[in-house]
Amino acid sequence: MMTLEEKQQEIIGEFQIFDDWMDKYEYIIDLGKELPLIDKDKKTDDRLIRGCQSNVWLDATVENGKMKFTSDADAIITKGIIGLLIRVLNNETPESVAKADLHFIKTIGLQEHLSPTRANGLLSMVQKMKMTALLNLDNNA
Amino acid sequence: MTEGTKKPFIVREIRQQFPALRQLIYDKNLIYFDNGATSQKPQVVLDAINMYYSKDNANIHRGVHFMSQQATTEYEKARVTIQNYIHAKKSEEIIFTKGATDGINLVAFSFGELLSAGDEILITAMEHHSNIVPWQMLCQRKNLTLRVAPINKKGELIIEEFDKLLNSKTKLVAVTHISNTLGTINPVKELAVKAHAVGAKILVDGAQSIQHMSIDVVDMDCDFFVFSGHKVFGPTGIGVLYGKEALLDKMPPYQGGGDMISRVTFEHTTYNELPFKFEAGTPHIAGGICLGKAFEFLSELDMDAVQKYEKELAEYAQDMLDTFEGLAIIGEAKKKTSVVSFVVENIHPFDIGTLLDKQGIAVRTGHHCTQPLMDFFQIPGTVRASFAFYNTREEVDIFIAAVEKSINMLK
Repeated sequence: MMTLEEKQQEIIGEFQIFDDWMDKYEYIIDLGKELPLIDKDKKTDDRLIRGCQSNVWLDATVENGKMKFTSDADAIITKGIIGLLIRVLNNETPESVAKADLHFIKTIGLQEHLSPTRANGLLSMVQKMKMTALLNLDNNA
Repeated sequence: MTEGTKKPFIVREIRQQFPALRQLIYDKNLIYFDNGATSQKPQVVLDAINMYYSKDNANIHRGVHFMSQQATTEYEKARVTIQNYIHAKKSEEIIFTKGATDGINLVAFSFGELLSAGDEILITAMEHHSNIVPWQMLCQRKNLTLRVAPINKKGELIIEEFDKLLNSKTKLVAVTHISNTLGTINPVKELAVKAHAVGAKILVDGAQSIQHMSIDVVDMDCDFFVFSGHKVFGPTGIGVLYGKEALLDKMPPYQGGGDMISRVTFEHTTYNELPFKFEAGTPHIAGGICLGKAFEFLSELDMDAVQKYEKELAEYAQDMLDTFEGLAIIGEAKKKTSVVSFVVENIHPFDIGTLLDKQGIAVRTGHHCTQPLMDFFQIPGTVRASFAFYNTREEVDIFIAAVEKSINMLK
């Protein structure tokens, strides 16, 4: 099983082949189409993260000490980036999710999507992922 | 400068004066179609900013020294330039603010003090949040009623409905001159006549009109006219509230502080005369001076030719977009300018905006600070291209191809 860091390195490797922004986004859009969607009955207001530009739904649970995330968004590029975040953070312990430095986002050139000004719900989503992880840390303690 | 001496309008020459337009974004020539959000600045404005801070920097209105007097002269000269540009009767009617939002808040607070419970304020369904929220706050504070005149599906104000809502209790009509989201041009002169007929005053939000057409506040007969400097080729953080002198005289000051006073004792303070009564504290001196330079720049242009050119550019873009399957134009008013908003079936505006950005094209996506308008059209937002006189048909062609490419990728 890959570590959180190995998963980040794998994504960085995948993105290295793109020298054109549009190719990169074509790949993100494809990832967005493949995102394992949150169950319809879980698309509730308490799982909704409202962004200024697009909305994100996130369900975060802990099963056997590992975190499980499912999500959806109304914009496909947002979904693609969520797909990457979930790929890195899924099946990790609450501790490693809470501590995770998601440096791959910057390396592959998508940091603008996690900047506070973008307001697409992604930054809030990462915060919610980490918050849920922290809450579960406390519960285990 | 009189009409006869205006320079002929040549886009290539105009573009030369805007250095920000000459840059590569993601290795593509920048196409800047977000002029509704803010405009780029001509070299004369940039030079003036540099000049002010390199040489003239001093506080105004109070200093006896040379630099202070020089800065004061330039600042007050800018006020007169703006007065002349919008054809106000007196320079005292030109109040420097932080921007259109600040101007509206000033009126909501200060004119609002003259209103009493049961009075009504009438706005339209196409207003920017800046022309909604200050009135809601005022209504809560003074127990007033906010009325909203509806629009039709084309994005035009329904005049008959406006007439029905206007009554003797209406004390203020606050309406946008041009909708930032739809491009609709409202018949503000006609609305002013209607407002005055019931004894109401009218505030015109000129944030989206001042940069696109000639403005004559006396001919329009509006009581207040607000705009932001940065949308009209000037700096951010500066704007103007025009108000009729008699009305401004009646209104209490908005903020207290230096410059707005005549005499202060601990027991009592008397206020300064117009326009200083409404300009507490050290103002954005550089902003005011450089906004004056922006208007000097505009004064040399034939604004009727500019308006015609921008309208043709927007229509050209709209006609081409209209041919795309599943694409709907939002805002199809008969009288419309400079803005093309659209949505594409099953594609989120954010996705189109992101892909256009990566092709070097700056547009706006989202609700454009008009959430009630988005609710009316039942859409999450639009993609908005907003044009200025420095944009070209060639840019529109590249934009159209980029939109097509983006849609194909997102389908």
